[in-house]
Amino acid sequence: MMADGQWAIAAEDLARLDALLASFLSEARLRCALLLDRTGRFLTAAGETGELDPTTFASLAAADFAASDQLAQLLGEADFSSLYHAGERQSMLLADVGGQAILAAIFDDRSTLGLVRLQMRALLPQVAAVFAEMGDRAPAPGGPLDPAWLAAAADEIDRLFNG
Amino acid sequence: MSMINYASREINCKLVYYGPGLGGKTTNLEYIYERVNPETRGKLISLATEQERTLFFDFLPVDLGEIRGFKTRFHLYTVPGQVYYNASRRLILKGVDGIVFVADSQPERMDANIASMHNLYENLAEYGYDPRTLPIVLQYNKRDLPNALPIAELREQINPDHLPEFEATAVEGEGVFDTLKAVSKLVLKSLG
Repeated sequence: MMADGQWAIAAEDLARLDALLASFLSEARLRCALLLDRTGRFLTAAGETGELDPTTFASLAAADFAASDQLAQLLGEADFSSLYHAGERQSMLLADVGGQAILAAIFDDRSTLGLVRLQMRALLPQVAAVFAEMGDRAPAPGGPLDPAWLAAAADEIDRLFNG
Repeated sequence: MSMINYASREINCKLVYYGPGLGGKTTNLEYIYERVNPETRGKLISLATEQERTLFFDFLPVDLGEIRGFKTRFHLYTVPGQVYYNASRRLILKGVDGIVFVADSQPERMDANIASMHNLYENLAEYGYDPRTLPIVLQYNKRDLPNALPIAELREQINPDHLPEFEATAVEGEGVFDTLKAVSKLVLKSLG
C-alpha cells in the first residue's frame, strides 16, 4: 500500500527496481543511482556509493525536491519534474517518479547531462510502473508487527533510550 | 506513514518534533545525539541560519537494531518554529508517524504555544492525517525556569485532549528520553 498509511516493499519489487537501476547505471555511465521515497526514506541504490551516507542523502534530497515543488507552485507550475545540481567533479540529476519516489543520478566526467537526461527519460515510466503495481497490491499479510515483536521492540526502546 | 521493506527487512518510522520557536526542539535532538550510543545513530543534520535558528529542519536517524529479524529505525526531524516558516513545516510533516509537541512553559510564550498547536492541527488536516489516531505526545519544556507556569495551567490551555505529557528541561536532558520512549512506543503500537 502506498500514499497515506503504512506501506511495504516486497523482495520481488526491490529486485525489479535494482535491475532497472543497474541497467540505467551502465547505459547512462553513472557513478551511482539512488531511489528514495518522497518522505525522505532511502529505498535502494546501484553503483559506487562509497562514502555516501544513503540515509542522510535521502532525507536531504527529498527536502530539496519538496522545497522545489513549492517554488514551482509559486511560479504557477504544477511541479518541477527534475532538478539538476552541477558540481566541479560530480553532478546530480533528481527526478520525480510518479509523485511517489525520487530517482537520483550522480555522475562525473565519464558521462554528460544530456546522456543522463535521455536515459532517465526512458527509465522513469518503467520505475513508475513498479511503484504503481506496489500501490495497487494489498499489503502483505502476516507482517512482523505481532504482539511478540512489539514487546521486543518496547524492551529495546527502554534499553537504548535510557539517556 | 511507516515503511516496511520486506526485501532488506527494515522498518522506518518518521517522528517530528513540533512547537513554537525557541521552545527546545533542536535541543531535544542535540541531547539525544550526544547521549545515545554512537553506533546506533547517524549524522545530525541541521539546516539552520547563521544565528543557529532552524531554517528548514534538523534530522537524526536512530537505529533500534534488529528486532526479531527486522532492522528498526526512527528518523527524528524538527520543524522551524517561527510562524513565517509554515510552508517548510508542512513539508516536514509529510509521511509523519508520530509527533512530539515541545511547549515552552514560560507565560510569555503561552500564545505562541497555542498558535503552534493550532498550526499543527491545520497542517495535519491538509494531509488528511487524523490527530485523534496519530500518536502525539506533549513535552512541557523549560521546567527549570523560575517563571514556568504550573502544569495544570499549561494542560488546560494546550492539552484539552489529554495527550500523554511529560515535563522536561531539555537543556539538561531531563525528560528528553522519557518523551522519546513514549512516542516511539506509541508509533510502533500504531503499526501493529
